[in-house]
Amino acid sequence: MSALEIRNVRKTFGTTEVLKDISLAIDSGEFLILVGPSGCGKSTLMNAIAGLEPVTAGEMLIGGEDVTWRTPAERDIAMVFQSYALYPSMTVRQNIVFGLEVRKVPKAEREEAVARVAELLQITPLLDRKPSQLSGGQRQRVAMGRALAREPQIYLFDEPLSNLDAKLRVEMRTEIKKLHQRLGTTIVYVTHDQIEAMTLADRIAVMRDGRILQLGTPDEVYNDPADIFVAGFMGSPSMNFIRATLAGQPGSYRLSVDVGGEQPLVLPWPAERETPALVRHVGEPVTLGLRPEHFSEEDARLGDRIEGTLLNTTTTVVEPTGADLLLRVALGESEITVRLGPKSRAVPGEPIALRVDMSRAVLFEPETESRLA
Amino acid sequence: MSQTDSPPRRGANAGRHSLSGTLERVLPRLVVAPSFAVALFFVYGYMIWTFVLSLTGSRMLPQYDFVGFEQYARLFANERWNVAATNLVIFGGLFIVICLILGLVLAILLDQRIRQEGVLRTIYLYPMALSLIVTGVVWRWILNPGLGIQSLVRGWGFEDFTFDWLVDPDMAIYALVIAAVWQASGFVMALFLAGLRSIDDSLFKAAALDGASLPRVYWRIVIPCLRPVVFSAVMILAHIAIKSFDLVMALTGGGPGYATDLPATFMYAHTFTRGQIGLGSASAIMMLCGVLAILVPYLYSELRGSKHG
Ligand SMILES: Nc1ncnc2c1ncn2[C@@H]1O[C@H](COP(=O)(O)OP(=O)(O)O)[C@@H](O)[C@H]1O
Ligand SMILES: [Mg+2]
Repeated sequence: MSALEIRNVRKTFGTTEVLKDISLAIDSGEFLILVGPSGCGKSTLMNAIAGLEPVTAGEMLIGGEDVTWRTPAERDIAMVFQSYALYPSMTVRQNIVFGLEVRKVPKAEREEAVARVAELLQITPLLDRKPSQLSGGQRQRVAMGRALAREPQIYLFDEPLSNLDAKLRVEMRTEIKKLHQRLGTTIVYVTHDQIEAMTLADRIAVMRDGRILQLGTPDEVYNDPADIFVAGFMGSPSMNFIRATLAGQPGSYRLSVDVGGEQPLVLPWPAERETPALVRHVGEPVTLGLRPEHFSEEDARLGDRIEGTLLNTTTTVVEPTGADLLLRVALGESEITVRLGPKSRAVPGEPIALRVDMSRAVLFEPETESRLA
Repeated sequence: MSQTDSPPRRGANAGRHSLSGTLERVLPRLVVAPSFAVALFFVYGYMIWTFVLSLTGSRMLPQYDFVGFEQYARLFANERWNVAATNLVIFGGLFIVICLILGLVLAILLDQRIRQEGVLRTIYLYPMALSLIVTGVVWRWILNPGLGIQSLVRGWGFEDFTFDWLVDPDMAIYALVIAAVWQASGFVMALFLAGLRSIDDSLFKAAALDGASLPRVYWRIVIPCLRPVVFSAVMILAHIAIKSFDLVMALTGGGPGYATDLPATFMYAHTFTRGQIGLGSASAIMMLCGVLAILVPYLYSELRGSKHG
């Protein structure tokens, strides 16, 4: 039985359809992340799950019970907001117990809950302060504490880390992950940050324009994207999309890429990644997707041979990130991004020899942007 | 060549710059100075003059026979002044409290995303655009037993209906409150509405998830957020109450008898019509003290607030 099940949910505001037929199911204890660009309907879906906005069509089940028409209070859900939404006139303690107080939980139990949550989140010294006297990170903790105090069935997080600075964001990210591992809570978490999604999620739902494009584990979403949008959205720097033409026949497909010279670059398509759909696209343009880390440098000084097709090209820009090196290299008229180890000696304007690892490449249909292989 | 030329030119430039710079600095002060001087003279000058007069025995015309604080002693022994001061407490207190409650209720109702909100807001705000004289005249007709509500209801057949607060010495002050509240509550509503609109929407969502009912959300979360607005509203309303003059003149003229006298009408009557300039000045200074008692804490908190911000 799923902790939360959403069946064919739609939501319209006036004439605009913001959620278009959303269905998903979350297991108990699962950490599901909704990721997508701003305005794709993530918050609207969260509000629908919380019961803050009635859905236009569809059903919603929590723990097997139909809650589609229940009020937020009857759903046993807690939510952490981007703006934290702490009650400004109440102290941290009052903020944490307010939900329990409303539900007429006995005083002793309330105090126990405050103590437990405060210790868990290390906010005990802050209990008698007002929200205005707290830093962003502390407010974030209090907001989480308020959610944890009630021990609801499901936690909703709507971009909880977006208002924090980069360093704190990474710290809190780790902390949320630890918290989830320790408490085994069911969490639906919204973010527009794909790194946050990759690092935290058990499963990721990639959304666009009110639809879920792909629902899968971080590994599936990253290495086996359903379409060009998902492939481009997940991963930083983004996947390279290269125009190519499919040639050959089953068992020996090839991709030829126009690189400006007389001879096109020919990349053999690995036989184990073939799909039946490919045969209909022979001789037609396709979009080849290669992530920056699918390239490596052919270095004569390193004796060992690397697998892959050789690509001789020119470096245009070198961006060291510390951990590794991002290169922009020419590919015909356009440029692609390549990620190399920090030891690379690449110099802007100089030729460079790269190996392309085709075993992780993906192919898309350029018109529909859907996955071919 | 050019190098030998340049230093004197630069010097000349610098000279011109400093001249225009001086002008630039002085000109704004020159322009503002006359109006500043006028303001200084007519506001603070007359304030001081009034204080000086309040220490004299002046009657019809200002005289400078200093009598110390005798006028203040006369003032506090004066039955009519005591009525005016009591009236101010009743009128001001009721006016402020009713305006706040009514304004808050209207603002909360208007904040429920109802249709035609713009129209309603304009209707509620419109009385504030009227002069208090107009308000006074309108309500004098409405409350006039022979013309207004009383005669209307009697016309419907309820012959025993009486609503004659305007001519009842014990109730006339409450008639004043009705007219003043009608005038100012829309403005207070606008203040509260602005305050409500600035409240983060997710606070309501968080409270809904916590299971709080709407009245509880307002009582525990929203209204406490409006404390600064309440503070500003009280300041503004207290001001209006203390300075109320035109409304009284238009609605009751201070009557019946002097039942609806307020300090402002008392001051006017004694200074300008009853030939008691000394006594009138003393009452004016007492009003000034009243305004300062409200204004100083307000300015203090405002200035302290802005220094922090
Ligand atoms: N109450 C509303 N009325 C009308 N349109 C809305 C409302 N709430 C959200 N929308 C629209 O729905 C779309 C999705 O919004 P939202 O769910 O907030 O996106 P996000 O994925 O950034 O959280 C946006 O285009 C927004 O303009
Ligand atoms: Mg959002």
